Amino acid sequence: QNVSISQGEGGFEINLDHRKLKTPQAKLFTVPSEALAIAVATEWDSQKDTIKFYTMHLTTLCNTALDNPTQRNKVQLICAAVKFLETDTVCYRVEEPAALAELQKNEWDPIIAWAEKRYNVAIGSSTSITGPNIPASTKDTFISHLASYNMWALQGIEYVITQLKSLILSMGLIDRHITVEKAVLLSRLEEEYQIQRWGSVEWAHNYDLCELRARAAAGTLFVHLCSESSTVKHKLLQD
Amino acid sequence: MAALGSPLRTLRGLLRELRHASAQAGRPYRDTPAYQHVISAFRAHRVTSEKFCRAQQELHFQAATYLCLLRSVREHLALHQEYHGKGERSPEEVAGLVGFRLPQQPGGKGWDS
Repeated sequence: QNVSISQGEGGFEINLDHRKLKTPQAKLFTVPSEALAIAVATEWDSQKDTIKFYTMHLTTLCNTALDNPTQRNKVQLICAAVKFLETDTVCYRVEEPAALAELQKNEWDPIIAWAEKRYNVAIGSSTSITGPNIPASTKDTFISHLASYNMWALQGIEYVITQLKSLILSMGLIDRHITVEKAVLLSRLEEEYQIQRWGSVEWAHNYDLCELRARAAAGTLFVHLCSESSTVKHKLLQD
Repeated sequence: MAALGSPLRTLRGLLRELRHASAQAGRPYRDTPAYQHVISAFRAHRVTSEKFCRAQQELHFQAATYLCLLRSVREHLALHQEYHGKGERSPEEVAGLVGFRLPQQPGGKGWDS
């Protein structure tokens, strides 16, 4: 099939042969950024005989932003995102085995330190089952920081947080402090530790690794492409 | 800023992935919007001689992220087809071979829908 992009009133549209792409809820598929439209078109272009939606992460993210199936508004999205801090992967530490505890300290402490410095907050880590005690001021800082993102970007941010199970790692990605590969590695630290010890099972480990990388990369790219001031049409993103 | 390595390497990797992706479509990859967008973006940012130009780093990060996306999707798909796709014997056949009965999964596995 023939995939092409056109510019409509609300933004950029995707044409499949001669039909305009629609969302699952039958709305017209429009995106605010040309680069994003190109990337989505490339996803469609890569499909062979069957359409494998599970490989089309950017398309899925756009559909979510357009349809908002969970019907959440900006405030609800931000709260969901910040709530993750209470169970942030990098703050949850084990006490044993000692080697893993050490690894967590060496790999996760620096990223927490970065976040604390960058956002001027206190986070800390914990070995207790209830997790770290996040001060209200820390949460407020993140809430107001996230409020500066538009609705589309927020969908992306919340997605990355859910995939990586960490607000801190996600912010590291959004702020371009770490690469996707590094963020995924840190998110999967315990798995990687077990793999080092016991060996890798390709059909499970690599499969999960590739999937998580794909999703985190898609989410991050989505956020950045939706936040670019040069390409974003502000009037579209008022909700 | 993340440790990204050389922009040239990222660009090469990205173009290679785009070539893979459009091999499916049968169209020369230089014609695709993605290729043209990537090339022109890299060209536009080569002009500045300042080593730590922020826009350059942002572009590089974006390119590296997109490269990661394309590569991971391709690898994930390859693994999926190798291990979870249709093998020489279906799970039903294999179960039959060893005398098991598979549990019923009315909704299917949810991968290919």
